[in-house]
Amino acid sequence: MAGKKVPSKQVSITPGVGKLIEKAEDDRVKTAWHRFLEQQPQCGFGLLGVCCKNCTMGPCRIDPFGVGPTKGVCGADADTIVARNIVRMIAAGAAGHSDHSRDVVHVFKGVAEGKFRDYKLTDVEKLKELAKILGVETEGKSENEIALEVAHILEMEFGKQDEEPVRLLAATAPKKRIKIWEKLGVLPRAIDREICLSMHRTHIGCDADPASLLLHGVRTALADGWCGSMMATYLSDILFGTPKPIKSLANLGVLKEDMVNIIVHGHNPILSMKIAEVAQSEEMQKLAEQYGAKGINVAGMCCTGNEVLSRMGVQVAGNFLMQELAIITGAVEAVIVDYQCLMPSLVDVASCYHTKIITTEPKARIPGAIHVEFDPEKADEIAKEIIKIAIENYKNRVPAKVYIPEHKMELVAGFSVEAILEALGGTLEPLIKALKDGTIKGIVGIVGCNNPRVKQNYGHVTLAKELIKRDILVVGTGCWGIAAAMHGLLTPEAAEMAGPGLKAVCEALGIPPCLHMGSCVDCSRILLVLSALANALNVDISDLPVAGSAPEWMSEKAVAIGTYFVASGVFTHLGVIPPVLGSQKVTKLLTDDIEDLLGGKFYVETDPVKAAETIYNVIIEKRKKLGWPV
Amino acid sequence: MPTFSGSNMEKLTIYINPEKCTGCRACEIACAVEHSMSKNLFGAIFEKPTPKPRLQVVVADFFNVPMRCQHCEDAPCMEACPTGAISRTKEGFVVLNANKCIGCLMCVMACPFGHPKFEPEYKAVIKCDSCVDRVREGKEPACVEACPTRALKFGTLGEILEEVRKEKAESLISGLKSQGMVYMKPVSESKKKEDLVRPMDLYLAYSNVVWY
Ligand code: SF4
Ligand code: SF4
Ligand code: SF4
Ligand code: SF4
Repeated sequence: MAGKKVPSKQVSITPGVGKLIEKAEDDRVKTAWHRFLEQQPQCGFGLLGVCCKNCTMGPCRIDPFGVGPTKGVCGADADTIVARNIVRMIAAGAAGHSDHSRDVVHVFKGVAEGKFRDYKLTDVEKLKELAKILGVETEGKSENEIALEVAHILEMEFGKQDEEPVRLLAATAPKKRIKIWEKLGVLPRAIDREICLSMHRTHIGCDADPASLLLHGVRTALADGWCGSMMATYLSDILFGTPKPIKSLANLGVLKEDMVNIIVHGHNPILSMKIAEVAQSEEMQKLAEQYGAKGINVAGMCCTGNEVLSRMGVQVAGNFLMQELAIITGAVEAVIVDYQCLMPSLVDVASCYHTKIITTEPKARIPGAIHVEFDPEKADEIAKEIIKIAIENYKNRVPAKVYIPEHKMELVAGFSVEAILEALGGTLEPLIKALKDGTIKGIVGIVGCNNPRVKQNYGHVTLAKELIKRDILVVGTGCWGIAAAMHGLLTPEAAEMAGPGLKAVCEALGIPPCLHMGSCVDCSRILLVLSALANALNVDISDLPVAGSAPEWMSEKAVAIGTYFVASGVFTHLGVIPPVLGSQKVTKLLTDDIEDLLGGKFYVETDPVKAAETIYNVIIEKRKKLGWPV
Repeated sequence: MPTFSGSNMEKLTIYINPEKCTGCRACEIACAVEHSMSKNLFGAIFEKPTPKPRLQVVVADFFNVPMRCQHCEDAPCMEACPTGAISRTKEGFVVLNANKCIGCLMCVMACPFGHPKFEPEYKAVIKCDSCVDRVREGKEPACVEACPTRALKFGTLGEILEEVRKEKAESLISGLKSQGMVYMKPVSESKKKEDLVRPMDLYLAYSNVVWY
């Protein structure tokens, strides 16, 4: 491997990462950072979003410097092309979340029908609550009957053909918001329909008006946030239990030298919860011992990691950019993946060690991986089969190639809305009081991925630290949650880093200043908190002293999340420049004009310290408008 | 940093290989950004006057050719300029000082490659300076660094000739190599089935439409 060396000490702040990048270079393995270097310099047309390949007269690109073409073959200009591209990103992101949700509905329905016997309805309380908000009569019905009726309604959310807004959104979003969306004509009617319409509108020769295109992007994103993702969260909670505060550990140090290490990676809890559960069984542990290991150690990665962490306390090995590094430790027997955010390179990296990559979903296969297709009807059996592959692979581990960094950090995760309410003593009142009197200045939701453009986890951690210092409570999901965990922000002791107001609140309640709310589909939990606060105060979400941020985002799912946050009235910071700057009109629409329509807007700033300052100022402005002390 | 000392082989130059150019125009963007105030894409696109590229990818027959200044040894543009706006750096690059340019276009007419270009927004001529600042920092010119296919190469004449010679030699023997051995004829000759569609056929199918 000839290639550029990665400055291992500069690309991440997370302990252990640099050492493993160096090990990768010694072992002649490339990581995402190496490939990122090879891609430099990256295509300017793509970075600006002015490249269109929606038909074969193209690819067309607009010259940002005005020397070359200003229009595509069909006549589309930079504004149209940029808007179309971003709407397609939103559609892809919404499709990812919502198709995940479809899988959960499928299992939920199968359980209600008594077909999938390896799963059960764990949180019946929550099922009843969901039934209630959807208007399903529960009196005199069995759990399964209620669940089946709920499943029928939720299934329809994907593909119903009437003009009524999706029911989950109508049931959970604040009334004031729904009015605004209605007036703008952006109430989503069915998840698949809005995604399909996004693709239709952006087809050659359809919608060319950037404003109209972006409004449909908003509609698609709303279908994701308040319906697709929301559904995944509700149903996963019902199936696997609503998260409660739970202690665990994070970082690569959770891998064990003398155990069979299995990593569950991806996004869907349906399989990973099973793996975590079955791996604990005596049968599997015994088998591992037969192969000379002390037992089985399941560790999480990315959002599948978040799902099993917040429900079972399974330790997390790292976030997005650390997936290859886990294999490079030489101590991982198998990486079991479902879908989303899996680097195809896992297979290349694994080929240099003994690790087996196991794909489990027909929609996400990787050439060179072992494929064991998952079937919820035979969940336990398949989970066993997969775990066996890992155990049998233990003997192939090469001790000389093993290096596990010792770093790991304590954490408390599992702050679902219910758990937050419980910590507050059953009502939002204490939180509202603290917000009103300025003990806590505001709430910021931080979410999202890693991106090699940003020093890994520097954006996530710096922004969170800067905010809690200013008495702002931080909540969040996704790879941010893991970053915060690895840097000690999810411990009650982290209250030391908070401002005096937040510190006092955290100490009184025994909670960390940064609350881990789950995986990236669980951003819906943040929406629910905002909705509850707005309703309790009888204001709109856009009046609340809150903000959102994605400091290191990279995926299309993050574009969908950012857009539904903005559409819900939240001031939303992005730490990575989105591919829209090629159109001044679209840039202005998203970072300025949209505020008049929806109350939220995008704000782009690559420096997290400056971003924290601005977010703080926005929150103070909102407080002033509410007449609250600043 | 090798300076242009008179020994030809030390002359810094760019080698253009149209066979490798995909026409992505990454070189043009990189050039414009390099000649902007902010030297960064996201800053550059908002600048006034708009930064402009100093090279242009031109379509010629079946090829894309990134056309740029050749920094001629005996530069006609420099000879033609009445105000002395064009001069030569110690590395041997032919550069233009826009402050001295009166826009008479003598250089434009003198250049055999059609390189210097009058830029109305600047009210002056612009031309390639071979990114002399970057070269002095030990880097390649921006267009060369940006080219994903290495259709542009930068180095001393000696280095480039060396590489070109090697490439040409490779292609010379490639016909021989494909038979398995250089001197020996294969024992049995199976007739290779002809490909149904060859890229060249496609080109020819389009070639009666003269687009360029
Ligand atoms: S849709 Fe228009 S701009 Fe896009 S590739 Fe086709 S012709 Fe070009
Ligand atoms: S501008 Fe033209 S004449 Fe002048 S040095 Fe360049 S190629 Fe030669
Ligand atoms: S146009 Fe400018 S640079 Fe060219 S010859 Fe005239 S004065 Fe010299
Ligand atoms: S960057 Fe290279 S391949 Fe692309 S247009 Fe320029 S010379 Fe051709």
